[in-house]
Amino acid sequence: MNRWLSSFRTVTVAVLTLLSAQASAQDQSIVVASTTSTQDSGLFGYLLPIVRQTTGIEVKVLAQGTGQALDTARRGDADVVFVHAKSAEEKFLAEGFGVKRYPVMYNDFVVIGPKSDPAGIKGKDVLTALQMIRTKAAPFVSRGDRSGTNLAELALWKDAGVDIAKDRGPWYKEIGQGMGAALNIASASNAYVLSDRGTWLAFRNRGDLAILVEGDKRLFNQYGVMLVNPAKHPTVKKDAGQRFIDWLVSPEGQNAIAGYKINGRQLFYPNANDPNA
Amino acid sequence: MNDFAHALETAASLIGHLDAELCEIVALSLGVSLTASGFAFVLGAPLGTALAIYRFRGKGALIVAANALLGLPPVVVGLAVYLLLSRSGPLGSLGILFTPTAMIIAQACLGLPIVVALVHRMMVDVWATYGDALLADGASRPRATWPLMCIARDGLLTAFLAAFGRAIAEVGAIIIVGGNIRGYTRTMTTAIALETSKGELSFALALGLILVIISLTVSALSLFFGRVIAGR
Repeated sequence: MNRWLSSFRTVTVAVLTLLSAQASAQDQSIVVASTTSTQDSGLFGYLLPIVRQTTGIEVKVLAQGTGQALDTARRGDADVVFVHAKSAEEKFLAEGFGVKRYPVMYNDFVVIGPKSDPAGIKGKDVLTALQMIRTKAAPFVSRGDRSGTNLAELALWKDAGVDIAKDRGPWYKEIGQGMGAALNIASASNAYVLSDRGTWLAFRNRGDLAILVEGDKRLFNQYGVMLVNPAKHPTVKKDAGQRFIDWLVSPEGQNAIAGYKINGRQLFYPNANDPNA
Repeated sequence: MNDFAHALETAASLIGHLDAELCEIVALSLGVSLTASGFAFVLGAPLGTALAIYRFRGKGALIVAANALLGLPPVVVGLAVYLLLSRSGPLGSLGILFTPTAMIIAQACLGLPIVVALVHRMMVDVWATYGDALLADGASRPRATWPLMCIARDGLLTAFLAAFGRAIAEVGAIIIVGGNIRGYTRTMTTAIALETSKGELSFALALGLILVIISLTVSALSLFFGRVIAGR
């Protein structure tokens, strides 16, 4: 029985090693842990073929939401993180998991809701709008998944003076899923929801939803990119990862980002040159 | 109703055009799930047979475990395999997280209890019918295993198809260990989840229809070959 077991183990290890050797042969391929917004908005679908053509790097994207993406990187399972929650990114850097944070681009959040607008928030500033949703207890869908959008939403409730932990009720639906799922649920239940503009523009199942609040400077949404620290995880492909980052913040990469449009509308605005972003 | 009509139309045109990316996704889905259910079968069928014809300590516990694991949630298997294969996990040095290999491992874990439980259930009856005759012919229990499996080949095929059905249909495990990477670990089910989240509901449903057609084809083909091999 023991001999059986040990030969089984030998074969398993041999097979797995063979397969992993094959995987590591593709040194030009990196794993980028990113957010659902960059994938659901179609940005990566547009950008990655250009990356492959100009740098030869094969980028494998995990679309996970900022919290999960940073955790994946902490475990050493990604080479680069590309997310949108500056405070969470700075914490990641302070823990020593990232090498350096580069600002890449921004877009903005928008408050989506039913066209009938039962809480009457259309055109208000975002803090007033949230207070009105709270007062009317109008249905609101929250991501509830520690994503960048979720963190931004919670910060906005706090700024609006609403203690969501205390004031939450049946009107506040915390779904624990990605942006697209949140929009699907809002669309099916005529609820309000905070979304990044890119995902909203690319989203196809809008039902009776429309943008009700936009343009408030509190709705600014900055994306940053970081190489996972090779000192923490020696398996990180630091050369290819850094080349990908260098390309993103180069004039060429920045132009490519600015060139991504849906129905003639630009989705992301490059700002790698802004040191405060 | 419009959504369903639109989905049918989309599915028909996708099949008609033989969209290259779709073909890649279908090939990966089939490759991963067939390999995984193959592993589950090769390990599970002898184990299920042994459970039926041998007596040993802990046999009851194994049978209960195999049947209980039929209800194993794919997302739990995915999480366990993820933690094993993560760079920070015990098998991290292999570097196979977010690859098709990781997906095969997860789906094989899901299929194994199905094969063991189904094969055991069936072999108990087969053994009761043919066991004494085989032993009287002078075959020892290990040597009786092969003729038993030949007698029960239809049931074995069903066990394999059940494991395959679970593998090809699940999304919870492979989306965690595969990562749904376009052109690399994106399968039919993870693509359906993605299209749903993009709000492309009828496109997602169209992919679902194609998945059903694939499942039908696989089971029809294996039943057909099962008969050919049996010479009927």
